[in-house]
Amino acid sequence: MNGIISAVLFLIFAPIAGGLIAGIDRKITARMQGRVGPPLLQPFYDVGKLFEKENVVVTIAQNFYVLAYLVFIAVSGALFFAGGDLLLVVFAFTLAHVFLVLGAYAVHSPYSHIGAERELIQLMAYEPMIILAAVGLYMVTNSFNVADIAAATVPAILYLPGVFIGFAVILTIKLRKSPFDISTSHHAHQEIVKGITTEFSGSTLGAVEIAHWYENVFLLGFIYLFFAWNPVIGIIAVAVTYGAEVFIDNVTARARWQAALKSGWAAGVLGIVNLAFLSYVMTGGVW
Amino acid sequence: MTFLKRSPWILHYDASSCNGCDIEVLACLTPLYDVERFGIINTGNPKHADILLITGGINELNRAVVRNLYEQMPEPKVVVAIGACAATGGIFRECYNITGGVDKVIPVDVYVPGCAARPEQIIDGVVAALGVLEEKRAKMTGAAQEKERARHAAGEST
Repeated sequence: MNGIISAVLFLIFAPIAGGLIAGIDRKITARMQGRVGPPLLQPFYDVGKLFEKENVVVTIAQNFYVLAYLVFIAVSGALFFAGGDLLLVVFAFTLAHVFLVLGAYAVHSPYSHIGAERELIQLMAYEPMIILAAVGLYMVTNSFNVADIAAATVPAILYLPGVFIGFAVILTIKLRKSPFDISTSHHAHQEIVKGITTEFSGSTLGAVEIAHWYENVFLLGFIYLFFAWNPVIGIIAVAVTYGAEVFIDNVTARARWQAALKSGWAAGVLGIVNLAFLSYVMTGGVW
Repeated sequence: MTFLKRSPWILHYDASSCNGCDIEVLACLTPLYDVERFGIINTGNPKHADILLITGGINELNRAVVRNLYEQMPEPKVVVAIGACAATGGIFRECYNITGGVDKVIPVDVYVPGCAARPEQIIDGVVAALGVLEEKRAKMTGAAQEKERARHAAGEST
């Protein structure tokens, strides 16, 4: 019952929180560049504007795929906050991005196709690490259930520093931030016109943006799991991690896709070494 | 609610400018003028843009390009011609390859004079364009409501 309430609360409040986080992000980014920056509520104005615009549809299929993207992102986030199975959450999350890629492939546009290809490369880069993070949390807490992981009294971060650093690396890919914003980039940046979102306009683009807000809140929740034994430290850690991502976004230039793939897999290797060590220590009976 | 005025996204196209006006347009994005304060973002994608900024006169080779960019932008949209060349062809107007001002190819809503136009003038022009944009949006939603009402009336009578 508690789970259903949390899921509903997530569905209602995550876009609000996600939009505010995006607004704070843009404000901090502007200050780092010596600018005043847009108002805090700017992301909401942007999405509101997109829903006021004419919706130019190239193929009807693209609307269906973007809707499926939004629904599956929301479902995976809701499942996560309801305390569901972490593996199921990860798979629903991946499926959502597959729909986004299909949406971009549905249109005969070279820009959209390059964006879709790069999104697939990004999927290859970050997917191993996300699964390793889920496995790591299982090894520490003996459960794949988010509710159990969040209730665990073990400080997961002390057992999984390598997994956490690896997760932070792929978080840059997931938040669409430099140096790994290769398939499309958040706000003002451009990459091969606009990558995967090139052919989406009006309310369809608005839906992609809202899905991205859901996604960000879910990812920040995932970071929290590493620090779940102490809520205060957890929230501070989430804020610090996000701040570090904004900082990295502002001090790095965009890398090539090869670099994104290598970094994603290097992060995965770091995670595997961490897990191997943990496994050795645990079965070795030191604990 | 009118969000359009609070979040105008811009597409900048250099028709055949000498780069003077282009540099002034880009200057608007720098920390000194920082147009993102008003939610203005420079997008590279006509399908995401609300305002088309054109610098320089139209030449025979890019007529089709300008037309195409304009048609790809979703309604409501406005066009701002920046600089003397975009308004009339400027000092290049008698060149063999120059068609003339931007309004020879697509409808222009706001003209920003100057050679080169100063960043303050460009921001003024964009602010004037926001008024036109809002007008067009009101007209667009009005037309949509009219259509809906007509459909209802037809539905009830049949």
